[in-house]
Amino acid sequence: MNLKLGMYILKRLSLMALVMFGVSIIVFFIAHVIPADPVGALLGGNAPPALVDQMKHQLGLDKPLWEQFEIYMVGLLHGNFGTSLKSNRPVIQDISEYFPATLELAIFSIIFSIILGVILGIISAVHRNSWADHFSRIFSILGVSMPVFWTGLILLLIFYYLLGWLPGAGQLSLFTIPPKRITGMVIFDALFTGDWAAFWDGLRHIVLPSIVLGYAATASIGRITRASMLDVLRQDFIRTAKAKGLSKRIVIYRHALRNALIPVITVIGLTFGGLLEGAVLTETIFGWPGLGRYIVNALLVLDYPAIMGGTFFIALAYSLANLAVDLTYAALDPRMRI
Amino acid sequence: MTIITKEGKFKEFIKRREPIIEDWKHSLYLWKSTKLAMIGSVIIGILLFVVIFAPLIAPYDPFLNNMAERLQAPNWSHFFGTDQFGRDIFSRVIYGSRIEIWIIFLVSLISGGAGTLLGVISGYFGGIVDEIIMRTTDMFLAFPSLVLAMAFAAALGPSLTNTIIAISIVGWTVFARLARAEAMKVKKQPYIEAIRSVGAGNIRIMFFHVLPMCLSPILVQLTLRMGTIILTAAGLGFLGLGVRPPLPEWGSMVSDGRSYLVGQWWISTFPGIAIALVVLGFNFLGDGIRDIMDPRLRR
Repeated sequence: MNLKLGMYILKRLSLMALVMFGVSIIVFFIAHVIPADPVGALLGGNAPPALVDQMKHQLGLDKPLWEQFEIYMVGLLHGNFGTSLKSNRPVIQDISEYFPATLELAIFSIIFSIILGVILGIISAVHRNSWADHFSRIFSILGVSMPVFWTGLILLLIFYYLLGWLPGAGQLSLFTIPPKRITGMVIFDALFTGDWAAFWDGLRHIVLPSIVLGYAATASIGRITRASMLDVLRQDFIRTAKAKGLSKRIVIYRHALRNALIPVITVIGLTFGGLLEGAVLTETIFGWPGLGRYIVNALLVLDYPAIMGGTFFIALAYSLANLAVDLTYAALDPRMRI
Repeated sequence: MTIITKEGKFKEFIKRREPIIEDWKHSLYLWKSTKLAMIGSVIIGILLFVVIFAPLIAPYDPFLNNMAERLQAPNWSHFFGTDQFGRDIFSRVIYGSRIEIWIIFLVSLISGGAGTLLGVISGYFGGIVDEIIMRTTDMFLAFPSLVLAMAFAAALGPSLTNTIIAISIVGWTVFARLARAEAMKVKKQPYIEAIRSVGAGNIRIMFFHVLPMCLSPILVQLTLRMGTIILTAAGLGFLGLGVRPPLPEWGSMVSDGRSYLVGQWWISTFPGIAIALVVLGFNFLGDGIRDIMDPRLRR
């Protein structure tokens, strides 16, 4: 750690604070300024006007806009997102319950997409312009092209309904007793408590959603691995390694791949945002109790405190992931080490 | 002394532009040799054909309910089968292409246009204007784009127009950043100084001399984004936050068939294949363009 890096981190953090302030304005704008009618959605279209007014008063929606904004900002700074109209619980409590499931899904998806993407990228680069290259490129582009909600449905149809190899919706089967809640991520909790039945059941449940979500992220990882490998393979030290008489396998995996993986790390960080996005659709298909599904359900019934809390939280998670990538990159950058 | 003839002038014209023409020829050669770009162009070509001739290709009215023929498996009179209201899925997929193209066209126009304009202003003027516009893009980019589009679409209420508005609001930032970077490069060129010295004002310089120079990377980026636009629109439709039935938007058609998936797989399957195929076409084309533009691969 040194002064230059410290200054950079400080600068990035203050910028992020500014951005999050902007995010909260956008979120407020969506929920309060755009003409949707949450009270109407809550009470139904035929509610008597007196009841509507009473409800508005109760929710504080009859106050002037700037006053509502003030209440919202003060709450936000105290970590209070308000109370969900649907679940009648504090939104922050809902989020802390739903978010671990999304995180768990994202972790498994990213592992899947890294493995698949790096393998496809290496094959492409090593056999450049051969049929293997074409095949792996087409295969990975296919991943970003297929809508995740559709891929999810088709895989469920095949592997759950027709073949019966894998379980359907949810994190656990109906009769599996959930492990004690530690992190909120079922598979990890089962692992920590040594509950092997729940661990195995959880793993079987996460296979399909993480394949669906991870496959969509494969293309960018595969693409960057290919480009980066091609770059490295052209360099002198690879020729030297080959000239020394090392086998092709050692040259590729020991010498080239190690150097080629550095830019891949950045893309993996950026992929995280795509995963949060895909999670919304994947969770809906697989009945996964995550934040994405929470937000969708809130949007469908115009549960505005939940919408505001959920979208704000997702933006926060996304920004933190990007910040982490930038900081890792800065820490690895030799120009920062003066 | 050479006599200046018409032919001579033409030769001179060609000669002066030789590097540009060579560049184009090389791009054309690369386009022909990148098979993916070729396949992509063919797919998009077919899509445009279907969009234009939809009424001639589709055998049935896409909105016509026919309860006597509901839930038929694919057969010779209904290539893709029929849905729960007896509507012909093939005809609906064909007409759906018009909705998708309409969304792509308007979203590209609005988000590309607004983004480019704001980006050029930002890059040209710099200073406080630049700071405000760029921090605004930061705020929009802090959201995963589908989540933000969902929130806007839900708040505005689900419909075709609002889908287009929501996706455009989310998409302009990419173009703003790109146009800003280009404008900053262009405004430092000596010819801009020359134009200013003959008395052109800021607005004139910006619109007639800076903006046109920023367009080609923007156009490439637009092509690259078209696949994403369809996927976002289809995602919104699927979640019930986008285009509403009975309009044959492909995403909402997939959603229609969800509860019939086990017995009547065709209702969801064919619109999904249509989405995948069209997005694949745009991605192949985009990938090819990226290869063509990549200086490392140009050798």
